[in-house]
Amino acid sequence: MTVTIINIILLCLLVIAATAVNQQRNLFAATMLTGIYSLISASLFVCLDAVDVAFTEAAVGAGIATILFLGTLALTGFEEKTEVKISVPGLIIVLITGGLLMYGIQDIPEFGNPDTPVQTYLAGKYIGESATEIGVPNLVTSVLASYRGYDTFGETTVIFTAGIGILMLLGRGRKNKKGLLDEDEV
Amino acid sequence: MEHHLVLRVVARLLIPLIMLFALYVQFHGDYGPGGGFQAGVIFAAAFILYGIIYGVDSLREVVHPGVVRSLAAFGVLLYAGVGVTGMLMGGEFLNYSVLSTDPVAGQHLGILLIEAGVGITVASTMIILFYAFARP
Repeated sequence: MTVTIINIILLCLLVIAATAVNQQRNLFAATMLTGIYSLISASLFVCLDAVDVAFTEAAVGAGIATILFLGTLALTGFEEKTEVKISVPGLIIVLITGGLLMYGIQDIPEFGNPDTPVQTYLAGKYIGESATEIGVPNLVTSVLASYRGYDTFGETTVIFTAGIGILMLLGRGRKNKKGLLDEDEV
Repeated sequence: MEHHLVLRVVARLLIPLIMLFALYVQFHGDYGPGGGFQAGVIFAAAFILYGIIYGVDSLREVVHPGVVRSLAAFGVLLYAGVGVTGMLMGGEFLNYSVLSTDPVAGQHLGILLIEAGVGITVASTMIILFYAFARP
């Protein structure tokens, strides 16, 4: 019961934070609000007993992403320049999509239902055999690092690729007046 | 940035603690919440904090951009290397059980190494991103 009340409060705070981000024209304040949004989501993940996900959300969403936003704002400026206009076709599309999503939610199985395909396919094997096969107390680590080692390898490669992409877009030294690349920069 | 005396003193106190906490998260990932990804981000946060307080140029003197670029690649190679070592020792790609005579010890070793690879790549990539965005 207590968890339900906390969940409702956190979800309300999420909606408030999202609305505030949307309304805010000062991009510095909007960036701070996205950080707050991430922290609230992290709290929500803790309520769902997903501490590893909450940890990642707090470190990446509230920490690094906010810093990268601020770094970008330092390059571009802190005030939004475009005016706010309400687009009627956009509003209609959003309302239709939202309505369809609410309709689709009705088919989603109840939270924590043990009979869903997610729970019946491999979860039982992992929970039952991890302690003897892997011997690591944290089940999340044994699934991520060993049973799902391919996926984690893919994720690491994605992060590496993202870093290379950023380097190619922004990291090369700007061309100086002679058209030569400045090797000292990044 | 010469005037922010409080920030400088507090950062000097905090940065070693942040790094220590990152190492704890890295190596305690087997027992509690955490792992290479989170540890890498926290470790990079220590460097980024240093860069914000003392200036990006001072950070460049601490970690050369070339070093982080090489380390980002090294992390992925370490991960793949563990997988290939498993193949050479008679198992499948990323099967850690063959890394040691005892399968469970092999799993422990494999997870430790690949988590280290993930941590190194994530930390280096975050610092690369910071360098790219934080132009002086």
